Amino acid sequence: MVNTLPSFDTVWEWLDAVPDPEIPVISLVDLGIIRGVAFEGDKLIVNVTPTYSGCPATSIINLDIETALRAKGIKQLELKRQLSPPWTTDWLSQKGRNALEEYGIAPPQPAGGPSKCPQCGDNNLSRISQFGSTPCKAQWRCDDCLEPFDYFKCI
Amino acid sequence: MTRDEALFEFLLRLGDNTVVLSHRVSEWIGHSPVLEEDIALANTALDLIGQTRFWLGLAGEVEGKGRTADNLAYLRDAWDYRNLLLVERPNGDFGKTMMRQFLFDAWQSLMLGKLLTSSDPRVAEIAAKASKEVAYHLERSADTIVGLGDGTEDSHNRMQAALDDLWDYTGEMFISDEVDEVLSTAGIAPNAASLKEEWEELVGRILKDATLTIPDSSYAHKGGKSGVHTEHLGFILADMQFLQRAYPGASW
Repeated sequence: MVNTLPSFDTVWEWLDAVPDPEIPVISLVDLGIIRGVAFEGDKLIVNVTPTYSGCPATSIINLDIETALRAKGIKQLELKRQLSPPWTTDWLSQKGRNALEEYGIAPPQPAGGPSKCPQCGDNNLSRISQFGSTPCKAQWRCDDCLEPFDYFKCI
Repeated sequence: MTRDEALFEFLLRLGDNTVVLSHRVSEWIGHSPVLEEDIALANTALDLIGQTRFWLGLAGEVEGKGRTADNLAYLRDAWDYRNLLLVERPNGDFGKTMMRQFLFDAWQSLMLGKLLTSSDPRVAEIAAKASKEVAYHLERSADTIVGLGDGTEDSHNRMQAALDDLWDYTGEMFISDEVDEVLSTAGIAPNAASLKEEWEELVGRILKDATLTIPDSSYAHKGGKSGVHTEHLGFILADMQFLQRAYPGASW
């Protein structure tokens, strides 16, 4: 039997099927934290960058990546932490942004606040707190439908 | 003092500031005045602990004796800690906690800004990561200082009392020693004293908006950067290090 290595496109597809553990409607690829995929001989190298320095999901994310790739038959694997350039919400995919909004989390905006309520679409909004349920989110409220919601912070 | 010896000391200073402040801030979890502030404080502590992992991880690498970030955080005693005395000050009330945070955030944001262009790329890349988080911390703590300082009579008085109490602990940030000289000559880090003017300008502007008066004192409590601490650090470490001291090597 000849072992052939998967193509990079295939590896990216596999990684795009791994959900973010805290926001499972988007994938790790959507989140923009997979910074590179390469082979060194037979060994697959995946570069991963943290969203926030202290993000407690980092070790679970690495475990999820490893589990997913092993299930696809990858035997030799190394996950490398890549700090530079630092993660930015500019790396969120359009698919990811749409999925966030549909899920009820307002996607990041360069203006620094959500553009509209992810529930009712109104733009009469107020900030409740600069932080939220995870390091990457802040809490906002819609003054029209009065629903509180998460906003994905723009960094 | 060789360059690596100086860099090791400097990295301990950065990492010890963040780990001690993180621990202090985390003492609020479950006790904050409102839920949103509880979450905000917890998230700030989390960012700081993440930054600690990078700084102390690099310190261990530079030292070259096989010590990890965990070893450095959990197995050094108070006299080997290099944090500013400011960050070990007790929390006091919420206003005092936020004042301590603000005075530190302002300094840390300026320090990280200079480290972005460090001649050591390992230092520069951690600074780039951390500075984005710290910009956010500073925005929040500055907003809170203005909100509470220029708030009710009670909140104003509490913020003024916090500033009066903490002010004499800020001077230590700007005292340069041999570590600073070696590293600034090598282009790795700025001289501590060089940040003073910008810090005073930034802090002065926010405190003015907050209607608070900067105390007329230039006295500086110092010693933290060389391992001479107040009585408070020992209690913090006793709490933080208990598990690793009682059950060496414990992991889960």
